[in-house]
Amino acid sequence: MADNSDVSRQICEKFGNDKGRLMDILLSVQAEAGCIASGALDDIAKSLSISRVEVESAATFYAFFSREPRGRFVIRLCNDIIDQIKGMDRIAAAFRAELGIDFGQTTADGLFTLEYTPCIGMCDQAPALLINHKVVTRVSTDMVHEIVQTLRATKNLEQLKLTLGDGNNGHPLVRSMVVNNLREPGAVVFAPATPGVALQRALSEQPVELIKIVKASRLRGRGGAGFPTGMKWEFTRGAAGERKFVVCNADEGEPGTFKDRVILTEAAGLMFEGMTIAGYAIGASEGIVYLRGEYAYLLQFLEEILAKRRAAGLLGRDILGKSGFKFDIRIQLGAGAYVCGEETALLSSCEGKAGDPKTRPPFPAQKGYLGMPTVINNVETYCAVARIIENGPGWFTSMGTPGSAGTKVFSVSGDCGSPGVYELPFGITVNDLLARVGATDAQAVQIGGASGRMIGPAEFGRKLCFDDLATGGSVMVFGAQRDVLAIANAFMEFFVEESCGYCTPCRVGTSLLRERLGRFLAGNADLADIDYLEKTGKSVKTASRCGLGQTAANPVLGTIQSFRKEYERRVKSNGSVFLSSFDPSKAVAVAAGMAGHGSQYFGTQKGGV
Amino acid sequence: MGDKVTFTVAFTIDGKDVQGEQGQTILQAAALSGIYIPHLCAMKGLTPWGSCRVCTVLVNGRPQAACTMPITDGMVVESETAELKDLRSSLVEMLFVEGNHYCMFCEKSGNCELQATAYRMGILSPRHHYMFPTRKVDASHPDVMLDFNRCILCARCIRASQEQDGKHVFQFIQRGAHKRIGVNAANGAGGTNLSVTDKAAESCPVGCIVKKRVGFAVPVGQRMYDQKPIGSEIESRKAVTR
Repeated sequence: MADNSDVSRQICEKFGNDKGRLMDILLSVQAEAGCIASGALDDIAKSLSISRVEVESAATFYAFFSREPRGRFVIRLCNDIIDQIKGMDRIAAAFRAELGIDFGQTTADGLFTLEYTPCIGMCDQAPALLINHKVVTRVSTDMVHEIVQTLRATKNLEQLKLTLGDGNNGHPLVRSMVVNNLREPGAVVFAPATPGVALQRALSEQPVELIKIVKASRLRGRGGAGFPTGMKWEFTRGAAGERKFVVCNADEGEPGTFKDRVILTEAAGLMFEGMTIAGYAIGASEGIVYLRGEYAYLLQFLEEILAKRRAAGLLGRDILGKSGFKFDIRIQLGAGAYVCGEETALLSSCEGKAGDPKTRPPFPAQKGYLGMPTVINNVETYCAVARIIENGPGWFTSMGTPGSAGTKVFSVSGDCGSPGVYELPFGITVNDLLARVGATDAQAVQIGGASGRMIGPAEFGRKLCFDDLATGGSVMVFGAQRDVLAIANAFMEFFVEESCGYCTPCRVGTSLLRERLGRFLAGNADLADIDYLEKTGKSVKTASRCGLGQTAANPVLGTIQSFRKEYERRVKSNGSVFLSSFDPSKAVAVAAGMAGHGSQYFGTQKGGV
Repeated sequence: MGDKVTFTVAFTIDGKDVQGEQGQTILQAAALSGIYIPHLCAMKGLTPWGSCRVCTVLVNGRPQAACTMPITDGMVVESETAELKDLRSSLVEMLFVEGNHYCMFCEKSGNCELQATAYRMGILSPRHHYMFPTRKVDASHPDVMLDFNRCILCARCIRASQEQDGKHVFQFIQRGAHKRIGVNAANGAGGTNLSVTDKAAESCPVGCIVKKRVGFAVPVGQRMYDQKPIGSEIESRKAVTR
């Protein structure tokens, strides 16, 4: 069964027994066997000539891998905050009732496993879920019944009667019910483009000149950090290394962001073109797109676009007749780990390892993938590059603000009339955006996802750009009826789950912050707990090793800054000096159980737990 | 290294002039100049790791791990500020509450770097709540015991096994709050090629990897940190370099 050594051996062979492809190998074994069993760890280790514990390290890091057998259909219900407010609990209850199991369990017939998963990039069509790689959006309780019945009867995912989405969502290689909700296409990413035009322009320039053009456009990384793209390319071009790499970060895992999904669906060619231009500019011949596991349903479609580009001479050898310039792209699928959106963790994952970030310095521009100089940019950034080369830097800088040239693609979700994707010039105010999306009673707006900042109406006049409110594009709107502390709590839960655990402040601090925040929600908090949250939050921010940890305290720090009254209002009112979250009967339960009798003071049951 | 030209790098730590060689980290250069920066995951001879974050300093105003940050000319390092000292205490306290550290009956007491660091910092009790996790003890190896209650995930054993012993006995498994040290066998350390004479068996700063049958051999009063606090060995170098 699951741990059939032939299966693992054959899969390893398919990937050339290359330990660098461990992610693909584990994905295949998981898909074939339903789990990565103990025997499989040994078999893979043997085939790849690495230690078993190295395999175990990667196999236990990613949420989509399991050591225990999972059901034939793994149903992953998205539990991000937007799905929660859009009725996730109702859907969860319906699944529990239909299947007779709880989340984390598998049905006795081995058909279904129920799990929760963080944001799958469908906040504009929540509640949503994944069944294996298939996305189901706007899930209703009726649909739950229908899904379970159909899968029980047919045991075939393709038998599900689901609608087809717009645009390329209906493409034969996608066939997904996902919709684009592309509300406002802008001048850069979603403007019509002809494949090869930008690349032709690029190849007529010297690589150094290309980098000058990108610098002149003042393009900054669209992932959120905003590092100047041209400068990054220049460093990588100048760095010594026998091979260089161009990597595209398509691992958008920030809760509330889904714009890359729409770009991948409708403008992937532009992204590949931007990567190819980057390859020419820095002197690389290999590119990798790191596609989040949640978007596996786009994989075949994207592979076909790559194949067409190869056939059209836009990838491969002597691209567009430019002798000596070769460049090709492979797609690396992720397996459910938010931290892999962090660029060095992404590289670790591409190398077939657990997604732990790498030590910086050295930066990827000096030592990146396989220790070679590597440019990593976001999906949207590569699209912008191609358009800049096509239309010139002046065209680009005529849009946006002086510090933030061009447009930004926003993912808007939550309590608003028109959730979806908006490509707008940088510098638009939050108020402006709220008016466009039909948000009339916003109490709070989360800018930049869980790692971003929650702002209240007093700050709605601020601008969305690198000099004011910087964001990778996630905008979540929360109406008057929402509890901002519950939202902060959901984000802290997310970070506890998604921390890689490498460094102390993030691994331990996120749990500590969540626990202390929980005291406010339970009405057990003291006023001093606000100070604790601020101080410990600051420690996590200051001492963490990577961007995940450095922003993991933001849900707490940001809400204290903008919504302090919500904290103060929940401090316990009786003035008791005792820690009311401490439950003595629970604390002595284990001991009481061992002793075989209850405590006469704390009312524990005989027999304890 | 020996026959390469070494460049001298001059910088300051808390206003004191420090000289080092290009390629050194702040922690290494500081130690050679007799300046102690608290640290746990860093160990002489092992690749800098940067996970415990106890050596966090400000470099030109920005937080960095001293154990991984290379020195550069003119760099201004702040280390013993009130804020950084409090941050470090908070981190050490996190390591205490995360595991189950019962110093009073741990055989590593007096030789434990976590305990010694806490004493030096003047930590009496942690500001964080105890998590009291359920962790495993692996006694499957004939000569070495692994008590994961005391593991602080510094990864010194991982590196020592790979870099000094040429083995792969240890590696991180799982992630986040569940991250722990895994061993290279399905049935515990006893199934690995770990030897009691391995460097990895010596690398643990706490009482997680301990040798069997030698516990409590050194009487209280003569243990490593009974006489002088941790870091004294570094600070005593001061006279040599000045």
